[in-house]
Amino acid sequence: MATQDVHAATLDHAHAAGHGHDHHDDHDEHHEQSFIRKYVFSEDHKIIAKQFLITGLLWALLGGALSMLFRLQLGFPNMDWTWLKPVLGNWIVDNKLDPNFYLAMVTMHGTIMVFFVLTAGLSGTFSNFLIPLQVGARDMASGFLNMLSYWFFFISSALMLISLFIETGPASGGWVIYPPLSALPQAMPGSGMGMTLWLTSMAIFIASSLLGSINYISTVINLRTRGMTFTRMPLTIWAFFLTAVIGILSFPVLFSAALLLIFDRSFGTSFYLSEIYINGQPLDNMGGSPILFQHLFWFLGHPEVYIVLLPALGITSEVIATMSRKPIFGYRAMIGSMIVIAFLSFIVWAHHMFVTGMNPFLGTIFMFLTLIIAVPSAVKAFNYITTLWRGNIIFTPAMLFSIGLVSLFISGGLTGIALGNSAIDIQLHDTYFVVAHFHLVMGSASFFGMMAGVYHWFPKMFGRMMNEKLGYIHFWMTFAGVYLVFFPMHYIGISGFPRRYYSFTSYDTFNMYQDLNSFISVAAIITFSSQLIFGFNFFYSIFRGRRATQNPWLSNSLEWTAPINAGHGNWVGAIPNVYRWPYDYSKPGHALDYIPQNVPHWETVESNLDHENDLIAFEREMEAEALADPQSAH
Amino acid sequence: MKSDTTANYQQPYDGALVTEEAAPVLSMHPKKFLMWLIIVSSIMVFAAFTSAYLVRRGEGNWLTFELPPIFYISSVVIVLSSVTMHWAYYSASKDNLLSLKIAILLTAVLGLLFTYMQVQGWQQLVDVGVYFGGKDSNPAGSFVYVLTAVHIGHLALAFGLLVIILYRVFTYQVHAKNLAAIEICTTFWHFLGAMWLYLFVFLLVNH
Ligand code: HEM
Ligand SMILES: [Cu+2]
Repeated sequence: MATQDVHAATLDHAHAAGHGHDHHDDHDEHHEQSFIRKYVFSEDHKIIAKQFLITGLLWALLGGALSMLFRLQLGFPNMDWTWLKPVLGNWIVDNKLDPNFYLAMVTMHGTIMVFFVLTAGLSGTFSNFLIPLQVGARDMASGFLNMLSYWFFFISSALMLISLFIETGPASGGWVIYPPLSALPQAMPGSGMGMTLWLTSMAIFIASSLLGSINYISTVINLRTRGMTFTRMPLTIWAFFLTAVIGILSFPVLFSAALLLIFDRSFGTSFYLSEIYINGQPLDNMGGSPILFQHLFWFLGHPEVYIVLLPALGITSEVIATMSRKPIFGYRAMIGSMIVIAFLSFIVWAHHMFVTGMNPFLGTIFMFLTLIIAVPSAVKAFNYITTLWRGNIIFTPAMLFSIGLVSLFISGGLTGIALGNSAIDIQLHDTYFVVAHFHLVMGSASFFGMMAGVYHWFPKMFGRMMNEKLGYIHFWMTFAGVYLVFFPMHYIGISGFPRRYYSFTSYDTFNMYQDLNSFISVAAIITFSSQLIFGFNFFYSIFRGRRATQNPWLSNSLEWTAPINAGHGNWVGAIPNVYRWPYDYSKPGHALDYIPQNVPHWETVESNLDHENDLIAFEREMEAEALADPQSAH
Repeated sequence: MKSDTTANYQQPYDGALVTEEAAPVLSMHPKKFLMWLIIVSSIMVFAAFTSAYLVRRGEGNWLTFELPPIFYISSVVIVLSSVTMHWAYYSASKDNLLSLKIAILLTAVLGLLFTYMQVQGWQQLVDVGVYFGGKDSNPAGSFVYVLTAVHIGHLALAFGLLVIILYRVFTYQVHAKNLAAIEICTTFWHFLGAMWLYLFVFLLVNH
């Protein structure tokens, strides 16, 4: 794998290294920023990205640890929990896990993973880090709002974390918080203070996510560098952009839904509540509709799964093309399919509600729309595979995780097609089959995308390389691990075992999968442990990793033309102009197997196609214009 | 602010540089664009409420009642405030600082008056026995409270912007060559006026 570290010496694109080195120490000192402004309340998109990343990784650790605990319960229902008493305290009752806490952990695991890790940790990190660097901007449209976005996320995180430690426990009604369970504090301990904290935390989270998204959109639309047309943007940018669009259209709806729930809980309204008896006593609430909540929730909930997945797909496109040393196959088809997916994601939400008593005719319409999503998804899967096909593949850890993502996306997507059929879903709804489906296609696939992103852009973020050997170990253990964990769940689900049950062993009839459940738990623990290898590698490499070269993967996109440890403003001197798309890998006729985006066509006559030669005159003009007036708009 | 931009990128940070150096591809001012995106997401908030309203109404058990009469007057007031807001913007673009100050202050007063009237509207609802919550409430009534309250919540944000503008007007930072801030504020103010009119008509048609 020596190819990766080809040194700057082999770069003939010398101007990729940036200009203006002679300005170096003109007048640095008196502008030195305080530590607080630089690393805490920073407005620099790169610092904010790292803040999101590290917070997200810590959340992933906690969310994963919770899943270890409930997997212990599911795999070993007769286990003696005394040894965990120091950690869990009163949640251990008579050497057993308190069932309420089981539900709390499942709920928190889902909330943490979906929102805090795979939305904030993934989108927040890579949209922030890559958008300005890859479109050629100094920073986000508003650094201030961007900073607010992180700190709102931080406050929301703190509230959610606190809720884990209160006496009645955190929210426990599932990450989808359906009322009436979540609306009535009498219903379960977790619906008291824990639910209040959940709702407050999520309201702030939504604000954070909106602030982030409007910034991403505005930056992509308004701050691209000269020559960076929409059809020259890396697919990462397209993915982040569409994710943000989905975000600003769907998160506000969750906000509305949550607000009505807050009113039902605390102000005696009855938006979601009607005709409820508790201990034989009727409640005052009349006239509400719990199904209404489900509609509002899934109007966010379904787009949310694509908010989680699209950035991962974008990262994969970039990594697969770079590491196959081939242009991405079907660049425009990739954009088109992402747009179609983004659009469809708004009109399929009711496939989560087939069994709510919905009119079967309406169900059929939603089934039809749902199944259409398979088409753009398949387009993407095929394009990844055809890009890999006969490529000059370099198996870096990032590349392995990207290929792993494609595999998971396919195997999880197939079960989606089964679930999308309303008739089949009657059997499968709320069973472990659904759990298997979305953990493969959303959980694991997006997590793989995030890992690919971290391994790939680590050198750009920290100026150092991660250790590859550890990366391989991490990948293979995780890859084998997630399949061993989630594949067997399909069988458990098909035989009708419901999700969110504390235990199946009270009746002998339901004991049949106990051995399989133990197997899954062991596999899960091994998979989780291998993430610790990653954690070590990550933090160790930040300080001790091998120093990175400027463009370690010989990649075409603009971020690699910025200095290794780019300061605020990203480029020293002028922002590079863009003359071509980012996927000129192995272009016939060119001496090297890559041509960065900022290399004009007049420097590559030997590999130009006819229409590219025609561009030269125009490019000369553009360059002259840029030299004459580096500040001007274009 | 610095004018010497290119030489300074070695410095860790200088906020002024960033805004100057960004080379916009579209001609839209990025901050104005941000405001439009904020408007889009707040449209989604109200779209969610009004569609929830329709879905819930379709399920029956729905209280019908007359909307508070004061809402007619408050609608006029908020339209007037939009007019004065626009007047303020116009005055700024003509560098007419005196009428700019008057117009901004008038806008603020009309905005407060509108808010007061909305709250009076709640009182009128209570008087006819339409409650927000509790035993005798019905979602039909609760929705009216929620819609008006969330609208007022947005208005509070707009007041925040207005105060910033007010400060800038009195420190001479708003004038014909520096219109972005007041333009952003105007856009949001008009949006909130239009949003109230939409909500009012929606409630009139669907109650
Ligand atoms: C061909 C594409 C897909 C189809 C047809 C599909 C279909 C479905 C259906 C019908 C359900 C509801 C099952 C039930 O609760 O009974 C479901 C659940 C789910 N899907 Fe998919 N899906 C697809 C792809 C995806 C993707 C790409 C993601 C995420 C990135 C995803 C994430 C989820 C999640 C998170 C749930 C479960 C939510 C919950 O109940 O907690 N799906 N899917
Ligand atoms: Cu869905």
